[in-house]
Amino acid sequence: MSKLTNLKELALPGDLIAEGDYNEGKNTYQEENKIYSSMVGLVNQTGKTVNIVAIKGFYMPVIGDLVIGKVVDIRMSGWIVDINAPYSSMLFASDALGRSFNLRRDDMTAFLDLGDLILAKINAYDRTRDPTLSIKEKGLGKIKRGQICEIEPSKIPRIIGRKGSMVTMLKRETDCYITIGQNGLILVSGQKPELEFLAIEAINMIEKDAHTEGLTDRIKEFIKMKKEKMIS
Amino acid sequence: MIDEAGFRFDGRRWDELRPIKFDIGMLEKANGSAYIEWGKNKILVGVFGPREVHPRHLSRVDKAVFRCRYHMAPFSTEERKNPAPSRREIELSKIITEAIEPSVFTELYPRIGIDVYIEVLQSDGGTRCASITATSLALADAGIPIRDLVVACASGKVEGQIVLDLSNMEDQKGEADLPIAIMPRTNEVSLLQMDGNLTEDEFDKAFKLAIEGCRKVYSLQKESLRNKYISLKEAINTEVKSEE
Repeated sequence: MSKLTNLKELALPGDLIAEGDYNEGKNTYQEENKIYSSMVGLVNQTGKTVNIVAIKGFYMPVIGDLVIGKVVDIRMSGWIVDINAPYSSMLFASDALGRSFNLRRDDMTAFLDLGDLILAKINAYDRTRDPTLSIKEKGLGKIKRGQICEIEPSKIPRIIGRKGSMVTMLKRETDCYITIGQNGLILVSGQKPELEFLAIEAINMIEKDAHTEGLTDRIKEFIKMKKEKMIS
Repeated sequence: MIDEAGFRFDGRRWDELRPIKFDIGMLEKANGSAYIEWGKNKILVGVFGPREVHPRHLSRVDKAVFRCRYHMAPFSTEERKNPAPSRREIELSKIITEAIEPSVFTELYPRIGIDVYIEVLQSDGGTRCASITATSLALADAGIPIRDLVVACASGKVEGQIVLDLSNMEDQKGEADLPIAIMPRTNEVSLLQMDGNLTEDEFDKAFKLAIEGCRKVYSLQKESLRNKYISLKEAINTEVKSEE
């Protein structure tokens, strides 16, 4: 016999959310054949997996994630980057420059200085080591223009939407480039600062109303209305 | 302390709690926070983390370090309390940490730390129980994964009678004090202290009474956490499917 709490119901830590033939997903834990919530959030289900969409949480690095980080320190072999996670991450100079380097000859600050923002991928991470970053792929590296906005990392999937529907709509309507870091930081860069502000406002709206239905259409209307006002 | 009609000096029956009020998430700078008013006790709790552990050498490679600091404000007592940590505060910091740690998934987050700061603004007996109850709420508010909320309540013996939730005066004049903390889902006891003397029968009765008290506080605790997210509760017919 299998039993599941209503989907989208608010669950508190320790609440029984599913019993029987289910798998434990994010923010849940299993004891025998019972699945309990470990966070305050909404019950969600994908296939046989039951998970909790946390209302508030923090980002845990996952290999392959695209993240936005800030350079906070420079060491002999690379840069220490704050990626909004409990662990500080390292970007090796050999990775960033794509060649061996010599501290005496190379000025590392010329490439990345303290306070610089970077777009990077998580290269390696496990229980025993802090995450390392890579900027080898195309499009990664120092962020030169645009604005950053911060949201709850658990709400990132909502910003992306089903098969990217939400973010595609945002890009089209605001005419901005939007790069989503899995760590809750979003880069918005557009032709005009007003459009960037509009995109950020829309993103904050999505975060606030993440649990409501028909959000994509509402946000679309909102952007259109704001844009009309801008012109007049 | 207890009159002929069975009322205690503050008008409660032997099995009644003092009024309890919670507030959650009112601190801007902390990752999670909670405020509790339990009778005349007023306690503020702030949670920071998960974050890097300082000093570095205290970090553990197999789990997260969970630390609580219990502190009483100089104005929290009748006479000015020296703000420097006293023997009693160090002990309470330790027992509160140990009462709550079993509920936290520390093993999932090696090498990092979770810090809890408990400030007692006003005290009137039973601050350890109120602190544990509020800390658990603050952890839930911070979005730190926990197995269950931890809830604490005391019982004791006053003038030969077993009573629930002792106030400061009852604690001072009474014969025994028995604070316990439980994780209500599994009924695990994570704190059990006894001050004073109880016979075996009295202990059984006091223990059962305190568990009952914990259950009452637990329902209040859950309700307050639920109310905090009432807007989400109202929006039950929502769409979360697209998330994945």
